[in-house]
Amino acid sequence: MNEKDIILCQAKPLRFFQRFYLVEVIKGLAVTLRHFVGNLFRRRYTVTVEWPEVKREYSERLRGRHVLLTREDGSPRCVACYMCETACPADCIHIEAEEDPTATVEWEKRPRVFTIDLLRCVFCGFCVDACPKEAIIMTRHHEMAFADRQEAVIGLDELLHKGPIDRLDLGYRPYYGPPTRHIRLPIPVTSESDGA
Amino acid sequence: MNGADAILDAVRQAFPEGSGVSVAPPSDLPTLRVERGTLLPLARFLKADPRLDFSLLADVCGVDWLEQRAPRFEVVYHLYSIAKGHRLRLKVPVAEEDAVVSSVYGVWKAADWFEREAFDMFGIRFEGHPNLRRILCHPSFVGHPLRKDYDPGQRWLLREGEQHEPEWARTPQEDEDHFETQVLNLGPSHPATHGTLRTVIRLDGEVITQADVEIGYLHRCFEKMSEQHTWNQVIPYTDRLNYCSSMMNGVGYALAVEKLLGIEAPPRAQTVRLILSELSRIMDHIVDIGANLNDLGAMTPFLYMYEAREEIYSVLEACAGGRLTVSYVRIGGLANDVPHDFEEAVRWLLRRIPRLMDDMERLITENRIFRDRTQGVGVLPAAEAIDWGWTGPCLRASGVPYDVRKAAPYLGYETYDFKIPVANEGDTYARYLVRVEEVRQSLGIIEQALSRLSPGPVIVDDHRVALPPKEKVYTEMEPLIWHFKLVMEGMQVPAGEVYGCTEAANGELGFYAISDGGGRPYRLKVRPPCFAVFQAYPHMLRGHMVADAVAILGSLNIIAGELDR
Repeated sequence: MNEKDIILCQAKPLRFFQRFYLVEVIKGLAVTLRHFVGNLFRRRYTVTVEWPEVKREYSERLRGRHVLLTREDGSPRCVACYMCETACPADCIHIEAEEDPTATVEWEKRPRVFTIDLLRCVFCGFCVDACPKEAIIMTRHHEMAFADRQEAVIGLDELLHKGPIDRLDLGYRPYYGPPTRHIRLPIPVTSESDGA
Repeated sequence: MNGADAILDAVRQAFPEGSGVSVAPPSDLPTLRVERGTLLPLARFLKADPRLDFSLLADVCGVDWLEQRAPRFEVVYHLYSIAKGHRLRLKVPVAEEDAVVSSVYGVWKAADWFEREAFDMFGIRFEGHPNLRRILCHPSFVGHPLRKDYDPGQRWLLREGEQHEPEWARTPQEDEDHFETQVLNLGPSHPATHGTLRTVIRLDGEVITQADVEIGYLHRCFEKMSEQHTWNQVIPYTDRLNYCSSMMNGVGYALAVEKLLGIEAPPRAQTVRLILSELSRIMDHIVDIGANLNDLGAMTPFLYMYEAREEIYSVLEACAGGRLTVSYVRIGGLANDVPHDFEEAVRWLLRRIPRLMDDMERLITENRIFRDRTQGVGVLPAAEAIDWGWTGPCLRASGVPYDVRKAAPYLGYETYDFKIPVANEGDTYARYLVRVEEVRQSLGIIEQALSRLSPGPVIVDDHRVALPPKEKVYTEMEPLIWHFKLVMEGMQVPAGEVYGCTEAANGELGFYAISDGGGRPYRLKVRPPCFAVFQAYPHMLRGHMVADAVAILGSLNIIAGELDR
């Protein structure tokens, strides 16, 4: 390696005042005091939020709880092709197919059982990437708590979303369209009333 | 004559035909097949010969060729020469009935834990190893999990009472003054153990006289899981290796597989990977410095630094959709393009992070208390650090300027202007200084990379590797078929092997991947940097105080997810 590619980090010898503690203590206090005052009046340095009264706002790509979308007539868009089940690295999706009696073409499939074990799920979004019908997408809903393990296995009735898509708190999904959100730094916070 | 031929020629002169060393067909690295009787003399020769100078044993791992090759096992060694910058792979075939190889611990101390791991995972015994016992699995675990005929669905009952107790910890000892010495457990659950690790120490007063380490509490056999998943499905698992800088693991893995596939990600994807990798490096160093200071009693800088970390996570989340486990990389590129205001956000970070670093440095760098706690504590000289297989900031703090970004550039690092921070002391304070300077260098790299961020695709346009764009999948037949084949069968990676390494936050992160031509990795070995670093830890503790043990541990930056895999 070339000599000029190297920076030598060396400890600078301490000066008299630095050995003497007291001046250094005051200097250190000046830094902490600046942070303290900055936080007291303008919240300049805090990234903590008073959860749950105040919530952090996430990007429109956040990988939260899944939903299954429906067609205009309210039937699931899912055609039980097993792509998401195969793509899932955590094996948390379980699908059982049946024949769709209302289909306009012969031999159309639909899911009879579609469950996601949210405790197994690693929220990687591979199911969304794998879906060829844009049936499974993710929301920004990420605060989930369960009383027992069975409760975490959610089925069609909980997954299916009926009604217009814009009612959903949309997260990771294939189409973004024109960008709607900005990365806001420092971390933006919204209170519960105007968020979600 | 190129480098590979020069290495093989030098070996040929000392070990002619018929001496048990043969040259394997060319692959990504010069490779030698070695009979086990010749291994030890060859290892000594490779280290001592000035033309070769293989000072660093990067990795030792086993491979199981059940019913495909005879003999069944292979022990694979990856060597690196820091002075010459060349690599070599050794393969030692071993039969199942007599799975014994001589240990190279006497040549490179780095072999200590790597050989124990190969023993644990494959049941290959290393003759002459000073302490050959299981390392990642519990002592009462039955079988060897990475053997191909081991069923991963099996469950074993592992009892607490059967955990490892070093020989010396069981017998009471008295010091010269007839006081009984004390045996103390640091961990597994202890605020100062970063992750779950257990250190057993013998104390004479407050001075540590003996130490032993037990790891594996977070072991989930990443390598076995990789063998059961398609190449792309491994990416969420790589996030959980070094979870303080998860992006870098994914990048390292994708680069290794791309090398095997013979493809390269588009320029925009490469630049974004580089920017996010460097941001992850900053985050990792911030965690390490912050946690180390926190252990030493300085909580304020820890909180200041975490502000920067939170803001970086916001940018990662806006790109990938996840904060800690980003899963943003795909083989051949990235999952999505970055958001429209990515550049703006990163520039904000570039202005913000130096200010926080300055505040932290004002409190710490010339603080006499911090210096008294860290200077001269946990010194490891350069020669020993290399012997133990150290890489990354810890090695550089011992005075060895080895950085994969300079030695074997990837993602176009050779075109960026940055410097490698090196310190000569090799103590805890030097490791702190090197990390602080690395953060500043990374900021410079990001600055340069941002100006090169040009529009374009972020994933290769190759339907054998990357999922086609969604709008085509919804409307056209051919892309739907490609999409279906990729999801259902996984990408088909040509048979072969590759060792890809990148400079992760802790050092050289290597992925040794073997493909048999199918949709899944046949074998995937990770060379975790902190595994090599941590094996020197018990040896560094001797003669130090308990409080120093905490300071040293913090400065080594042990991430249990990567250590235990």
